[in-house]
Formats: sequence, C-alpha cells, structure tokens
Amino acid sequence: MEHLFERLTDAIQHATGYIYPNEAELHWNILIVIYPYITGLVAGAFILASLERVFNVKELQPTYRLSLLTALSFLLIAVVPLQVHLAHPERGYEMFTTPNPQSAMAMFGFVYLWYLMAVLLLEIWLDFRKDIIQWANESKGLKRLFYLVLTLGSKDVSEKAIEFDHKFGKLITIIGIPSAFLLHGYVGFIFGSVKANPWWSSVLMPIVFLFSAIVSGLALMLLVYMVSNWVRRKQNAMDCLDKLSSYLLYMLIIDFSLEALDFVHRLYESEESIHILSQLIGSKLFTSFFVLQLLVGTLIPFTFLTLTKLVRIGDTARKVLYFASGILIQIGIMSIRWNVVIGGQLFSKSLRGLTVYKIELFGMDGLFLPIAILIAPIFILIVVVKLLPPWPEAELSK
Amino acid sequence: MSKLKEKYLAIPEQIRIVTVLFAIFLIMFIFGRRLFIPKTFGEYGHYRAAAVDDIMQIGLVYAGHQACAECHDDVVAEKSQHMHKHVACENCHGPGYAHTQAPDEHPLTIPTDRSYCVLCHSYNPARPTGFPQIDPVTHNPDGACIDCHQPHAPQPPEVPEECGSCHERIVRTLGAGHHNSLPCTQCHDIKQEHKITPRDFLPTVPRTREFCGTCHSTKASSAKEIRRVDIVTHGENYFCGQCHFPHNPEVKI
Amino acid sequence: MDNNNTQDRRSFIKTCLKVLPAATLIPFLSIDAKAFAEEGYNPEDHNYAMGIDVHKCIGCGRCVRACKNENNVPDEPFYFRTWIERYIIPFEGETIVDSPDGGINGFGDAAVPEDAMMRTFFVPKICNHCAKPPCVQVCPVGATFTSRDGVVLVDNDYCIGCRYCIQACPYGARYLNPYTRTVDKCTFCYHRITKGLLPACVEACPTQARVFGEITDKSTPISYFRRFNEIQVLKPALNTEPKVFYAHLDGEVR
Repeated sequence: MEHLFERLTDAIQHATGYIYPNEAELHWNILIVIYPYITGLVAGAFILASLERVFNVKELQPTYRLSLLTALSFLLIAVVPLQVHLAHPERGYEMFTTPNPQSAMAMFGFVYLWYLMAVLLLEIWLDFRKDIIQWANESKGLKRLFYLVLTLGSKDVSEKAIEFDHKFGKLITIIGIPSAFLLHGYVGFIFGSVKANPWWSSVLMPIVFLFSAIVSGLALMLLVYMVSNWVRRKQNAMDCLDKLSSYLLYMLIIDFSLEALDFVHRLYESEESIHILSQLIGSKLFTSFFVLQLLVGTLIPFTFLTLTKLVRIGDTARKVLYFASGILIQIGIMSIRWNVVIGGQLFSKSLRGLTVYKIELFGMDGLFLPIAILIAPIFILIVVVKLLPPWPEAELSK
Repeated sequence: MSKLKEKYLAIPEQIRIVTVLFAIFLIMFIFGRRLFIPKTFGEYGHYRAAAVDDIMQIGLVYAGHQACAECHDDVVAEKSQHMHKHVACENCHGPGYAHTQAPDEHPLTIPTDRSYCVLCHSYNPARPTGFPQIDPVTHNPDGACIDCHQPHAPQPPEVPEECGSCHERIVRTLGAGHHNSLPCTQCHDIKQEHKITPRDFLPTVPRTREFCGTCHSTKASSAKEIRRVDIVTHGENYFCGQCHFPHNPEVKI
Repeated sequence: MDNNNTQDRRSFIKTCLKVLPAATLIPFLSIDAKAFAEEGYNPEDHNYAMGIDVHKCIGCGRCVRACKNENNVPDEPFYFRTWIERYIIPFEGETIVDSPDGGINGFGDAAVPEDAMMRTFFVPKICNHCAKPPCVQVCPVGATFTSRDGVVLVDNDYCIGCRYCIQACPYGARYLNPYTRTVDKCTFCYHRITKGLLPACVEACPTQARVFGEITDKSTPISYFRRFNEIQVLKPALNTEPKVFYAHLDGEVR
C-alpha cells in the first residue's frame, strides 16, 4: 500500500496542468495494452488462414494450418492479461453468470467463447481429423490415448467423410471471417464507445483496430513461417512469402489511411479536446506516436515492402526485407495499442492537464508479467505444433 | 424407431459428435450458471438487490444537526439566532454519532486554535464578496479567535471601526486604484446597524451619472488633478459603473 | 453591459439572503428522521438530487473532510467522493484550476497575483448521479447500478475491479479503493438519506452552498433551488443527465 501511495504522490507531482484528484492513478496499465495486441494477432492470423480457404489463394497454402494453430495459441492466452488485471480476479466468472447486456465489455466473454469453441477449435479439428485418426492408429501408449481423445470418437475416414470435412470446414471459415472481425472490432468498440474519453471515442476505432489487427496477424505469420522453416531447416516457399507480403502491404496501406483519416478528422474538426490532445501527442506520446508508430512501424516497413514489389531484388535480400518489415510492424502495432490504451489515460478528463505513467519492473503492474504473457503463446505454439504438425510433408506422408 | 435411427446415422459423423458436445456444453453452462447467480440478483434491475440493504446498513459517523438539540437545546437555541445558524454543530465539534450513543465515552472536541476558524474566514479572492474574511497575519495575530468572538454568536466584539474588517477584498481592490484615498462613506451611506446585523441594513449604492459627476464632471468644483469628462456625452447612455468598477476604476492616465 | 446584470443579480441575491433565513428552515423540516423510522423506507417514494450554488461556496473544504469521515474514504489525497476546485480566470492567459488535496485543508495562495485575476471562484464536485449513467452502462457484471430512488451505487461484494466504469465516468468521480480493491464513489450518503438524514457534505456545508432533497416534490429545498436559479449541469453535451444541479456555474468549469 505504501508503495502505491508513493507512486501516486510521484504521479501527482509530475502531472502538468489540472487533473481531477481521482485521476492520479492510471487504471488500465500495460496488461491492457497487450490484450488488444494479442487478440489482434489472433484475428489477423485467422484472416490469413481464411484467405487460402475461402478465397483460394493457393500460394498461401503452406501457412494455412500454421496460421490456425498460431491463432489458437494466442487466443488461449488472450484472456490472461484481462483476468490478471482484475482487482478481484476470483470474481471474474460473474462475466458469464450475470453479464450486463448493456455493457460493451460483458459480451467479450461470449464473443471469445464463440470464437474459440465454435470457430477456431472446430475448424482445426475438422482439418486435422483425418490426421488425428491416423496418428492415433500409428502411435502407442499415452500418445495413442491422447490422439484417441482428440478424435472425440470419430472414426470415419471414407472419402465422402473427408469431402464433408472440407465443405464443413469452409462453411466454418466463412462464419469465422465475420467472427474474427467481431472479435477484434469488438475490442475496438470497448474503447471507441467511451464517450467520456475524446481520444478513444470514435466510430472509426473498431475499424482501425480491425485493420491493424489484420496487419499485425499477417506480419506475425510472416515471421512464424520464416522462423519455423529456419528451425526445421526447410526452404521458404518464395511465392508464399511474396504473396503474404503483398497482402501485408495492402493491409498496411488501408490501416495507415484509416488512421490518417482519424487523425486528420480530429485536427480538422478541432473540438474542445484538441488542445489537450495536441499537447499529449506533442509531449508524452511523441516517441511512441511519431517515432515508433508512424516512422518505425509504418513508413519504414512500407518503404521496404514497396521496394520488394517495385524493384527486382534477390531472394535473400527480399527475405531480409520481409523479416525486418515483420519485426518493425510488430513494434508499430504494439505502439498503436500503447498509444490508444495508455495515451487515452494520460490526459485528464477535465481536458486541462496531463498525467504520467511510469512502468515498473516487478509486481502486478510491472513489466515482467506482460512480457511473460506475450512469450507464453510462443511456447504453447511449439507444443501444439509438436502434437499437431501442420507441415505439408506431414500431410503428404499419409 | 429404426427409421429414426437410420435418419440419425445418415447425418455425417462429425456433425453428430460436434452437436452432442456443444449440446452438453450448452446445457452445463445454462444450468451451471444458475448456481452462481446471487439470490437477490435481478429483483429490481440488473444488480444484487441485497447490495442496497448492505449499503443502508453502513453505520453513521455524523449524527446530523437534529440530534444535538435533544440535549444541548440552549446552545442550539442561541446559535439559531446568530450568523452561524446554518453551521452544523458537528462542523466544528467533529463527528458526533458515537457521542449521541455514549456521551461520556466519546466527548467531542472544541477547536480553540486560530487555524480552524480561518478555514472559512481567512481572506481568499475566490470567496464570495460579503462573506466575512480577515487577513490572519494582520488581524489580531496573537489572540485566539474565541477570545473576542463567541462562536455560537459570532458578532464582532465591538462595532468595527474599519470596513476592511469584513470587506478585505474591497479594501484591497481600492488600494490598487485611484480611489484609494476615499473613505467608504464617500459613496456609501452606511447605517450603524449594518455593522451588527449586516444583511438587514445594507449600505446604499449610488447609481446615477450625476453622483459620479460631483467629482468627475467638467463642471465640478473638485480638485484639479481629478480626471474630468462631460457627463452628458461621455459613455453614451451607460451608467458609469457599467464600464468603470468604482472600487478600482482602472482608467489610464 | 454585463455589469447591469451583475448588479441586478447582486441585488437579487441580497434580497434572497433576506428571505433565505425563512427558506433555509425548509431542510430542517422536510426530512424528518422520526417519520422515516416509523413508516419504514420505501425507495419507490423517493428521487434524490443535489443543488450546488457556486456563488455560495467559500472553499473551506468542510464537505470533503465530512465525506471522508462519514464514508471511510482513504485519507490519502488520491481518493475523493467529493472535492473542491478553485478556478482562476486571469485577464490574460489560460484558466488555472487547482484542487490541493481535494481542497480538504482549504486553499492557500494562488499561482497568480490578485490583480491579474479577472474571475475566481470555487466549485464543489461530486458524483452527478446521472439519470443516464455511462458508468452503469459499461459495468460488465451489474456491480454498479441505479437504485430505485435514483442513486448510483456500487456493490462492493460483487465488483470485479475491471475499472471500465472509472474510464467511462466523464467527471472523475470514481476511484479504486486500495483497501477493498473495488470501485468506490459517492452514494449521496445512502445510509444517511434512507434514515432521513442529510448527506454528510450537505450537513457540513456552513454556507448552504449545497442543498439536497426530493426532486419530485415541489416544496423541497432542491425544488426551490431549481425553480429560482438558472440551472446548469456539468458536460451537458455528453447527455448523461446529471442530477447534481449547479447555479451560477461558469462556462470554464469542466
């Protein structure tokens, strides 16, 4: 408690202008920054999978299963930062028992469950069903038992049944696209619908969230695909990388245009809040907004990706540029989340002052916890990939 | 029967498994959920009705102004006749609910320190004019307030000589302007009673051009240094006080 | 031009001040503790509101102190159910607002010399108990709600501490109680008003800058207040429909 009070005293001392006395404490900390970041990755990875499935983009075939498993790994962790951030985590179940139908947040639990159970798990199961049955037959002992449980008692591997898996899977994917939109657009709505906060309150917020999610998911899959090939000592399919990076570029352009529109709109309308918001991005958010989000996260990767499309560049150089863009875009998207979540709390709702947010290393408000949460999906992915190998050769071997 | 079974088996295996699993999950959710909903939830709205009772049960700390009169009717009666009639007893004597329950065990406090009275009565420009304010540095700095002022009947101990005893703000404003040498009575007609029950006997406020003209008109016989205007044409049809704040007229010379 | 109005207003206030001693007896009569106790409390019969007269506030901070005492609000200066702001509008430059420790110990010297001040005044702030409360709208579990008598309350045995309501409140009226780890806010002293007593801040205010009572009855201090003052609410553009009404509120107040 003493530590908290010391921190708040410090915050008040460093605040500029006037903040309401209750605003010394910044309530949604870095845990809430990584929450939309992770759900964004999920939605983006899923959209990539659906590109292959629904829109028949053949080049992206090698990433299809990998994207689904990546989406699953991140989705399993997506609720953790939320849950950990609650002041009373043991009461979190109330979201499901007495959800307030008027609350933008209450429905998240249901959207999440719908997406996890009805879309992602179902689609993965259908896609892997035949393999799971086969793995169950081939293996022994505990492993066999594990795969047998995963078959959920299904045995039918006739051609007709496989055909049905495909059709049904396609249907799920078609349902999945709006669901993925819903999942992340919805996260944007949680912020965009707060009329008390002029930095958040915007109809564009869900759409901006959605496209930035797709960008982050595509960039993530670019990285995951390249790293997985590097680990397995396989060649990257260059046509797949080229296609993936093309989509990444298109989405980056759309995302940037939307954000620019939002920004210009605010400037041009110049409402009551513009004074404090200009101060905000000119001081507290300068680095994360102009340097990280705009320059590092958007303009540089945009230049890299455009270069690979306009100029003939060798495979190795292209790969380096793709990989670098992927990394930079992740930094950029993380900054977007930071600028929205933390930025929206750095100014007083009196519109007369700015507060501060100092990250600590340890504890529930510390930096280590969110980093651990961010790394966790990678380990989950490694395990999942071991259990359900998504590689083309695993498919071909049967 | 067998026909039904046939039809059931005609459904692809995957659909059957998935549907059954989802049904189990859904049923478990719907029924399991009920176990966790508090009893009174939703009685009057989307909340736990018992919470309202819980909040109503919170103990009192302040007894409220009615409680004091039950024992201290003489003090309350005296106070009700004077300027502090709206100041609740507990405001100075501290929260008194415990005192009403067990007076001897929980005696209340009597603030005798200067610092308590000045919370309200020290001069602050943001306070409304007319509210009695003093400058604690110059206003009898060594004495306790209650040496001269009886808090239940807070009249000045003697009829104040200076208007500034109560009207600190006006005196300060005057001091900054050209009217600083004028006595208040130059413009205000102040009855003696105003100094004892101020709001029942308000000083007069001049509201004619002619009044200001007695000094400032070109025809006036006042000292030569005083700024003159033609009070017929100057400032159109406004009264002087609508542009010049009389306590500090703020005219450039 | 404006001076005319001001003077009219001043004389009006003065007349009011003459009449007020009689009028101010109303709160002493309207809420009768004994009647409440005998008849029991039925929330359907009540609809509460508060009135704040900015002209009367002297910034003494007694309301803030009384609120902290009555409601067990943490003493640290980051937690307030009510607080006072001081506004200074200088002749040149931007409006200066401050609220040192919520005004609980009064206000010291201002950052601006007095002759640079054009207007200066105090504004008490409190939860507005909005008729359309954005905080209640966003609570995911129904832990904050509007009671049947129109008071916005928090169920601290049910609050999960997600703090969405703190984000949604445009007035900064909510805080996370560090001891209970649940969200806390003004209850209009619900435990007092349901016993027929006044909220602690109203009780404590020495100048009757705050009035409280039934909004639906005609002969209550709050109804009188609304009838004979030009009324403003805070941030009306957000359409929260506050039930804390301000008289003589300056446009600079946010």
